Amino acid sequence: MLENLFVGVADWLRSLLGGLGTPVEINEAIVMLVKLVAILVFILLNAAWLVYMERKVAAYMQARIGPNRVGPKGLLQPFADVGKLICKEIVIPRKADIVVFLLAPVLIFVPTVMVFAVIPFGKNMAAIDMNIGVFYLLAITSLSTLFLWMGGWASNSKYSLIGSMRVVAQMVSYELPLVLGLLGVIMIVGSLRMSDIIAAQEHVWFIFTQPIAFLIYFTAAVAETNRCPFDLVEGESEIISGPYTEYAGMAFAMFFMAEYANIMVICAMATIMFLGGWHAPFGLDFIPSWIWFFLKMYALIFIVMQLRWTYPRIRVDQLMGFGWKVLVPLALANIFITGVGMKIYQAIGW
Amino acid sequence: METSIYTVVAFYGLALTILGAATLVVFARNIVHSVLFLALTFIAMAGLFLTLDADFIAAVQVLVYAGAVCIMVVFGIMLIQRADMKATNLFNRQLFTGGGVVALVVALCAVFAGRTAWAEMVAAEAVPEGTVQFIGALLMSKYVIPFEVAALLLLVALIGAIVLARDEEVKADAGD
Repeated sequence: MLENLFVGVADWLRSLLGGLGTPVEINEAIVMLVKLVAILVFILLNAAWLVYMERKVAAYMQARIGPNRVGPKGLLQPFADVGKLICKEIVIPRKADIVVFLLAPVLIFVPTVMVFAVIPFGKNMAAIDMNIGVFYLLAITSLSTLFLWMGGWASNSKYSLIGSMRVVAQMVSYELPLVLGLLGVIMIVGSLRMSDIIAAQEHVWFIFTQPIAFLIYFTAAVAETNRCPFDLVEGESEIISGPYTEYAGMAFAMFFMAEYANIMVICAMATIMFLGGWHAPFGLDFIPSWIWFFLKMYALIFIVMQLRWTYPRIRVDQLMGFGWKVLVPLALANIFITGVGMKIYQAIGW
Repeated sequence: METSIYTVVAFYGLALTILGAATLVVFARNIVHSVLFLALTFIAMAGLFLTLDADFIAAVQVLVYAGAVCIMVVFGIMLIQRADMKATNLFNRQLFTGGGVVALVVALCAVFAGRTAWAEMVAAEAVPEGTVQFIGALLMSKYVIPFEVAALLLLVALIGAIVLARDEEVKADAGD
């Protein structure tokens, strides 16, 4: 029952609409709309509570208590924050490029939301199971660079400009090892469809056959989301807040929430590609597949948050050097070894 | 190819977006706005590919053009920054040369459009769901030489960029 909870809800909705006598096309469109709205609500709630989680993890690591006043254990803190941010004025700098300045925080959420449409949260639980799923995800996420740059550029301030230059340089550089890291897995599976990739990990997760690829992917992904130790883009001690410097109130909150939503995307992606997606480890099938997916995803999110409070920020020149001279060659070597290994494997004929 | 009413509506919507955005790329005075309209043009073109069931090509369009080419232009803009961004994408006075080139391009397009047998190019059978494998196999067999030449070209560009960047560095060191 619990296993097919969400699939069951979708079927129930379909049969309910079928009873109304509307055309099948419209029924399917309504079911799809409900799925997408559910994902949207899920992302927004998650982004809000991940901020809370971040603050709690930070507090835990610094031997503090963290937010504990609003609601039980401070659980309602995110809503208080959002309420405060909505009430604040969105200050527009006099020399800003107003249209672009206001469009950037609106558009920043678009790629993130689009990406979630293809992520399978459990058995048969992807809103759309596209045959180029992984590639679609990479293509769409590459757009967020442009939107961050829009915000930084349109602010027309020194710190924003430096921040947006860093955004462009960093995100373009780290996209390469990210994609090359994933290629190892795609070579083994021979498909870009997410459900095929998960099905291929029924017995062995790819983190065991492709450990280097996992490390490359995870490092590059942390850099892509501009998280510490790669948070040069924001670099509070150097450039205040990078591209977000001039944003106030809800406009800033949009960027902030998009960052957390992006952390969810990269962790969900790592779960799908390397940690077996919704497959249960050790045959613990009685726990529903979607709970396994979320357990793995949140474990990775915890690691990302822990990284922030463990490592110092690296320098700009180290960032570029590390990306181009370490991660890219390593990823290429991994692809080469994977290719050779696959051929040997076939020749032996196991 | 699908010819339902949704596809037709999508086609005209996308075509209008592409033409409008492409016109604005040329006429926007601020080059930053031009780049953003260019990105919009590319994304709308990806939409056109989607209506043709070419989802892989659509994703390539978004990744390479909207995600990479626009970012390259952005790099260019940030390196040649002007104090006043409001007048960075100006017109010149070479009306006749420009008109001639445009007329030539339009004529070429018209000739090739007229000589193409459009009716024969519409696939009779349904488009296969997974096109990636076919594209990959064709790239590695029938079109292997153009593929390798393109790879070589990119390699040359890469090495050229490294050489140029290194040269700057050596000069900077000499100047110290």
